[in-house]
Amino acid sequence: MNTLLLYLGPVILLLIVLGFVTYAILAERKVIGWIQGRIGPNQVGPWGLLQTVADIVKLLIKEDTIPKNADKTLFKLSPIIAFVPAFVVLAVMPFSSQIQFTDIGVGLLYYMAISSITTIGILIGGWASNNKYALLGGMRSAAQMISYEIPLVMSVVGIVLTVGSLNLNDIVEAQQKTWFIFPQIIGFVVFIISSVSELNRTPFDLPEAESELVAGYHVEYSGFRFAFFMLAEYVYIFAMSSLTTVLFLGGWNAPFGFTFLPGIVWFIIKFSVVVFFLYWVRATMPRIRVDQLMQFAWKVLLPVALANIILTTLLKEVPFLTHYY
Amino acid sequence: MIRTEEMLLNVGPQHPSTHGVLRLLVKVDGERIVETEPVIGYLHRGTEKLAEDLTYTQIIPYTDRMDYLSAMTNNYAVVHATEKLMGLEIPERAEFLRVIVMELNRVASHLVWMGTYLLDIGAMSPFLYAFRDREQILDLFNELCGARLTYNYMRVGGVKWDAPKDWIGKVDHFVSYMQKQMKEYHQLVTGNEIFIQRTKGIGVYDQETAINFALSGANLRVTGLNWDLRKDAPYSIYEQFTFDVPVGEVGDLYQKYLCRMKEIDESLKIVAQAVANFPSEGKIMGKVPRVLRVPEGEVYVGIESPRGELGCHIVSKGKDKPWRIKFRRPSFYNLQILPTLLKDENLSNLVAILGGIDIVLGEVDG
Amino acid sequence: MSEEQKKPPVRPKPAAKKVEQKPLPPSPKQPVVDELVALLRRNFGESAIVEGYINQPNDHLPTILISREKWLEILTFLRNEESLHFTYLQNASAIDYETHLEVVYHLHDLNRKERIAVKVKLDREHAVLPSASSLFAAANWNEREMYDLMGIQFTDHPELKRILLPDDWVGHPLRKDYEAFDEGV
Repeated sequence: MNTLLLYLGPVILLLIVLGFVTYAILAERKVIGWIQGRIGPNQVGPWGLLQTVADIVKLLIKEDTIPKNADKTLFKLSPIIAFVPAFVVLAVMPFSSQIQFTDIGVGLLYYMAISSITTIGILIGGWASNNKYALLGGMRSAAQMISYEIPLVMSVVGIVLTVGSLNLNDIVEAQQKTWFIFPQIIGFVVFIISSVSELNRTPFDLPEAESELVAGYHVEYSGFRFAFFMLAEYVYIFAMSSLTTVLFLGGWNAPFGFTFLPGIVWFIIKFSVVVFFLYWVRATMPRIRVDQLMQFAWKVLLPVALANIILTTLLKEVPFLTHYY
Repeated sequence: MIRTEEMLLNVGPQHPSTHGVLRLLVKVDGERIVETEPVIGYLHRGTEKLAEDLTYTQIIPYTDRMDYLSAMTNNYAVVHATEKLMGLEIPERAEFLRVIVMELNRVASHLVWMGTYLLDIGAMSPFLYAFRDREQILDLFNELCGARLTYNYMRVGGVKWDAPKDWIGKVDHFVSYMQKQMKEYHQLVTGNEIFIQRTKGIGVYDQETAINFALSGANLRVTGLNWDLRKDAPYSIYEQFTFDVPVGEVGDLYQKYLCRMKEIDESLKIVAQAVANFPSEGKIMGKVPRVLRVPEGEVYVGIESPRGELGCHIVSKGKDKPWRIKFRRPSFYNLQILPTLLKDENLSNLVAILGGIDIVLGEVDG
Repeated sequence: MSEEQKKPPVRPKPAAKKVEQKPLPPSPKQPVVDELVALLRRNFGESAIVEGYINQPNDHLPTILISREKWLEILTFLRNEESLHFTYLQNASAIDYETHLEVVYHLHDLNRKERIAVKVKLDREHAVLPSASSLFAAANWNEREMYDLMGIQFTDHPELKRILLPDDWVGHPLRKDYEAFDEGV
């Protein structure tokens, strides 16, 4: 039985993630539509439920074009390198006390390290397209992702100091009384902003939305290869939202001791709130200019994250707060 | 040997930035714009030449299509110039109707500007809210004259259609609704840090440059000069209404945004006053002969359209068709400053600066 | 009834009346234009100003007709002179009067809220005028438009080429003798 689960488990997770991606795309269009005073897609299937399916089918039946002077191997490799880390990081994510794949001592570090590999995929994609605009867009995107990873990692160091471990299970268990969003509020703010930027979403989507002037890194990709990039983005939304829930919102812990709902249901609820927040921000905010983006990461977020670490160590010494820190 | 060269970027006639068919040849050195050359004329339809074969009444639908976002003011420019040359008197009810529709059109035009400008900057939602509110104005116009965009409403001597029953009440209702909505827009956009960062201190020019380039409208007022043709060279019955003219201090994009938002407030004030004092009865068309023969002479009038000073220069030789009509189109003058503003500017600011000028290509080309 | 028997009722055609031009009373702004003409004649010579009059229907707009030779100098004077300060180029038009061409610049002083119209007559075959783009940056595109549509050459213009029509267009459409090559379509 266990060996069966060993082989079927990842497949089931993949199917769940793909199902999430399908309906997350539809949910995003619907939610943004409602915020803008209109209804989203509602023609394909009841309430537009088959909209993404139709979009995926459209992408799959498109002609697979590769530019003549493009580097063929790298061109084909780039979407794969971009997508695979997104799925691989889910291995350490504790969805509930029983549903998790592996319990390694350095779960958080594993997540941060593996998710950086996507940046290579994007750079390769921009380079292999043999298009100066794609290269420019790819460089910008890579610069953005690298710049925002540092505040991302620094903002969670406070949690690691509190828990004393990088193990994601330990982090969730340490949140049984209070969720880390309260004592680590500064870290939470930095983390949320950095994660939106890591996901290349508005207000940090200038590398993609530069199609006004200079196109993004995936301009030469069509059909299924393009679908891979989009898939990578939404699987990252899944992964990042799960990580936010685990680190700051208590993972599968029930608030106020409401244990009548199983842990996995609480996880799904908190996860949905984070995903909704990402959609909400996208509908509301304008875009940051690329130079202001870099300045913001290095001059604002990084110092604030470092200040948070110092604050955490200091507050550890305060007698009545040491329980939280 | 490493060498850099300048790249010629063609921001082609088709734009996602919804300004119409404008082509910009931009020479960039890395991220810095070295030189810009706007290429216009893609929408030139020869209105002025066509007008020489049309009677004065027949020209009015052509003017609708020049600045299609504020067609009422276009109508008024040609009609006002003709009436001046003929020395006609316009009945009071017609004047009130004219002022109401022109100011409502100003609100609609500024809403489109605001929505599309924010869309260029990257915020998707204000565009839809602005268009939702503009729909209400277009519905009002639809009821009044049967069209949503190109109204063909004014005639030499008055207006074509009288206000239907209850129309004035609906206008009043809309004004109070819109005044509340403005608070929402300010909440959503004006204080937004990202928006401020993208517009404050960008695209700055001083008053002298503005006067040299003969800019008009908000583009001129943002430099600190209080110049509004409704107050400084009044026409129609604008002297009867009290309203302020928003003036900026620094000529940057953020102040342009604030100026235009305040202009919406002021226009709503004017409409509210006009509705309150609306004459309950009266003719909508003055005494005008059936075949309009305009006396010999020439006249130039300038009116304040949402984009700036819209002028109409008519030369008449006593016939029923004009000898020459020339339109002084504000977007044509306002666009001329673009190469100067973009020199040595960051490439990322191009879209924001172009959007801030508020051009309509139908007017640039004529 | 057959088609030929049905005739529309004959309406008497109104006689083509030319609108009578009654002599107008002297304008209150006549002294303004007289003073201006005198000032300009003092500085630039008698022949510099051909005529100065008031355009009554146009809100009594002072209008002066300048000779072509002194065009640029007079514009510079109007712009830079302290008491005049006409810095705002409100409008620039070109008109084809069949016997000659005419260029009209409407200038505005934003401080005193005063306007004048400055005109110059040009020969149809040889329509050349010095460019005012060094004085008014707004004149740049206006002069290009006048060149494009009316065929007036402006000397010393930084970039005199077609602006509204394609670069390879032949002819100047706003002229009265322009023949469109698809006439009759």
